[in-house]
Amino acid sequence: MDPSVGPRIGVVTFPGSLDDQDALRAIRLCGGQPVPLWHGDDTLDDVRAVILPGGFSYGDYLRCGAISRFAPVMTEVIKAAHDGMPVLGICNGFQILCEAHLLPGALIRNDVRVFVCKDQDLRVESVDTTWTSDFTQGQGITLVLKSGEGGYVADEETLRRLEGEGQVIFRYVNGNPNGSFNDIAGICNERGNVVGLMPHPEHNVDSLTGPTQDGRAIFSSVINFLAARV
Amino acid sequence: MVVDVMPKPEILDPQGKAVTGALARLGFAGISVRQGKRFELDVIGEITEDRLAEVHRAAETLLANTVIETFNVRVEEAPEASEEDDQAESAEQTELATQAG
Repeated sequence: MDPSVGPRIGVVTFPGSLDDQDALRAIRLCGGQPVPLWHGDDTLDDVRAVILPGGFSYGDYLRCGAISRFAPVMTEVIKAAHDGMPVLGICNGFQILCEAHLLPGALIRNDVRVFVCKDQDLRVESVDTTWTSDFTQGQGITLVLKSGEGGYVADEETLRRLEGEGQVIFRYVNGNPNGSFNDIAGICNERGNVVGLMPHPEHNVDSLTGPTQDGRAIFSSVINFLAARV
Repeated sequence: MVVDVMPKPEILDPQGKAVTGALARLGFAGISVRQGKRFELDVIGEITEDRLAEVHRAAETLLANTVIETFNVRVEEAPEASEEDDQAESAEQTELATQAG
């Protein structure tokens, strides 16, 4: 697919974002048209999907994602998400989506009390989302996990609902690295357009820099979804 | 005014656990710690019920994440410098507000 005609997908850079460039690059490698967005913007620049990247936005002061959630651009992201736009939060982006209540639950400090950085085995639990349709149900994948506050928690009722409605979309396998309830690595909202995950698909798109290219399917899923909707 | 934020009892508190472990290693036995945050707010003007409600909203909106934390808002006067007050509580606290979360 020619990048110049691929769907426009935005990546928000907050002060302290680290993986915005990798996310932009992953979009390009997978056939999309990457569009840098700034946290202070009050427009989404006609993008058709948005990615909130990893990092330590606003220094992770107060709580991870707590301040970024009120950045000017987030008003537009939240509105667009409610209107059905595909939104992906990776790591710090996942934390921001939880703080913004676009996804239920919260992420707390790893139970192991250390920053975890490893190639993490995962199982794809749902392909019924905008961001996972190019995977196969139950597929085993490996993505980079690098986070200090990746423990997913939610109350029992929320967990029951997530499990019951198929909103758990990635689960840690071969060991739970951070104490996440039910080994949850990624979830989606009821509609399936908003997805958050702790591992980093944007780091697993190129054989030069990653042990797998399993992250590509995340980006190709949304690109194919948007291409089909033209 | 002071806003205290604590992790909910059912939420794991890795920081508190680390402090608990360190205390035990230092010989302070039988002490279990949960760690929260204390916010000191300088509020300009008289503290009315409306103002208190506003601070409550601020705490709920930003200072605490009520998915995982509870918070408590209270009015706390700055301690008086005079010696006569030394016998008294260092800070006169007025429990005005509610527990939330």
